Amino acid sequence: MFLQLLANGLVTGSVIAIAAVGVSLVYGILRLVHFAYGDVMAFGAFVGFAFNVTLGLPILVAALLAMVATAGLSVGLEFALWRPLRRKRAGFMSLFLAAIGLALVLRQSLLLAAGPRPRSFDVDPYKVYVLGSVRLSGAQVITVVASATTIVLVALLLDRTTLGRTMRAMADDRALAAIAGIDTGRVVIVTWILTGSLAALAGILAGLVQSTFEPNFGFQLLLPVFAAVVLGGIGSAYGALAAGLMLGVAMELSTWEGLLGGVNPVYKPVVAFSALILALLVRPQGLFGRARTI
Amino acid sequence: MSAVTSGEFWAFVAVVAGIYTIFALGVQVQFGFSGLLNFGHVAFMAIGAYTMAIVTVKTGLGMWVGALLGVLAAAAAGVLLGLPTLRLRSDYFAIVTIAFGEIVRYVATNEDGLTGGSQGTINLAGSGEATQYNGSWERFQSWLGGALQIGSKDVLMLLVVWSAAIALLYACAALVRTPWGRVLKSIREDEDAAASLGKNVFVYKLQSLALGAALAGVAGCFYAWQFSFFSPADFQPLLTFFAWMIVILGGVGRIWAVPIGSVVFGVIFAGTRFFDFAPFSYLDSAERAYVRLILIGLVMIGLVLFRPQGLLGRREEMLLE
Repeated sequence: MFLQLLANGLVTGSVIAIAAVGVSLVYGILRLVHFAYGDVMAFGAFVGFAFNVTLGLPILVAALLAMVATAGLSVGLEFALWRPLRRKRAGFMSLFLAAIGLALVLRQSLLLAAGPRPRSFDVDPYKVYVLGSVRLSGAQVITVVASATTIVLVALLLDRTTLGRTMRAMADDRALAAIAGIDTGRVVIVTWILTGSLAALAGILAGLVQSTFEPNFGFQLLLPVFAAVVLGGIGSAYGALAAGLMLGVAMELSTWEGLLGGVNPVYKPVVAFSALILALLVRPQGLFGRARTI
Repeated sequence: MSAVTSGEFWAFVAVVAGIYTIFALGVQVQFGFSGLLNFGHVAFMAIGAYTMAIVTVKTGLGMWVGALLGVLAAAAAGVLLGLPTLRLRSDYFAIVTIAFGEIVRYVATNEDGLTGGSQGTINLAGSGEATQYNGSWERFQSWLGGALQIGSKDVLMLLVVWSAAIALLYACAALVRTPWGRVLKSIREDEDAAASLGKNVFVYKLQSLALGAALAGVAGCFYAWQFSFFSPADFQPLLTFFAWMIVILGGVGRIWAVPIGSVVFGVIFAGTRFFDFAPFSYLDSAERAYVRLILIGLVMIGLVLFRPQGLLGRREEMLLE
């Protein structure tokens, strides 16, 4: 039972981690707490659903197309909303409020277009992989493989490529990066393409893991994601990754009976937040954040 | 639809706008005075409403004591939330408050024994026994109606809610002018400067958070009395954002901008019900509700983009980081 919960936790955690990297990059480079990110994830999941179920494409192809569409949406929003706001020197507060407005618009548009009923992706629900005492569904295996690949790719991008280095430079100090000759406008666009794709992927994987999803599910996903971002130290992509995995494991393991009987599974999100609040009391800068950013 | 011209309907809208005024006044105190980004405000409303209902149904103390305890419980929750989190940077604080709001809703949904669970207050005393918490309120209403010779319940509620709202607005406007209020504003403008003058910034922020929370508790009690039944689903995070929108719409840092913001918001919200011309006439009522919220979202984005100071506020106030 313990190993099964651990495995479930790693699956849940890897989805949280991917989304948390997206939110963290957006914050690091654009100083924007992206409150609509959960709804962008839901958008990605529904585009994926349209390709996968309505058009009958394989889930992998559908996911790639959804990532392209969601990246397009994110870039479009940069031109329509975020760039004009930055031009007007909007503060943290204004950006946050605009993100809340955007979240409303996206979520309700999805409800209008797709209706409130739950959907599921077209994957074989009876396929089960057995690893010792751990049983994983086909959807869970897809999720683990896809998120592990993505995490490695994102890490390579940030660490080894010039693009990744410019992104990190900009997150560190925007003005200094611009003076050093980095085309900050281009980095911003690349950031939106990357984080938009990550949102779509995370949304689809979350939909796979949960087996059903509806237009409101993005907001419920967002809360553990935010917890991971803060826990990892806002703006630290690697911190967000590690914290996402940790929170996923913590949420699942909290229901383990060996642990003082375990908590009621409905309180899993509460566990994520209690972990967050406890961690903040000890390390206000997050697990991997630097003290000077406080 | 004849409701456009119905006095009853608009009296109802005005009552809700009055409740939102008290609720949003809490955000104005917290953000407009001291710059706190509380995005879990709805939790304090839930705590106020639930405490009042639970005390009324489960103890012999009666509804009025329940209401007082509800407001105190909301303020106490503000202190409890603030103690560990107010030292955090403002963006961290904002995220933790959203989480707090959701935790309160999860607990209210799942602790059936305490709150009646997802079935709401009708289930407060356990299944099989439908419970009501507003007997005293209805007696008070009919007594007041008799004394003032007013037959309509909506009009009566309108008077009660707006009297309370205006009294609270006056009280807060007076508070801003006290030395205490000036310290709060100075913290908002420049926290380090206030601290260097020997002001205990943390304590002032905590008081402001608790005061705003108490106002949300008052709004929660009125909400409970107006609808005579509620469940955890009534306290969605959306409500918090409505309050923020009212504050931004009216103008940040201005007390009297709050009622104006909430009346304008109420008219936008209720008025869009009457969009019965094309293309809205092709939508059913659920779809129109979605369109209404899309519109609210667009107004919010439009405000931030084109008029961040709201109707009455000063532009500089919104440019603060």
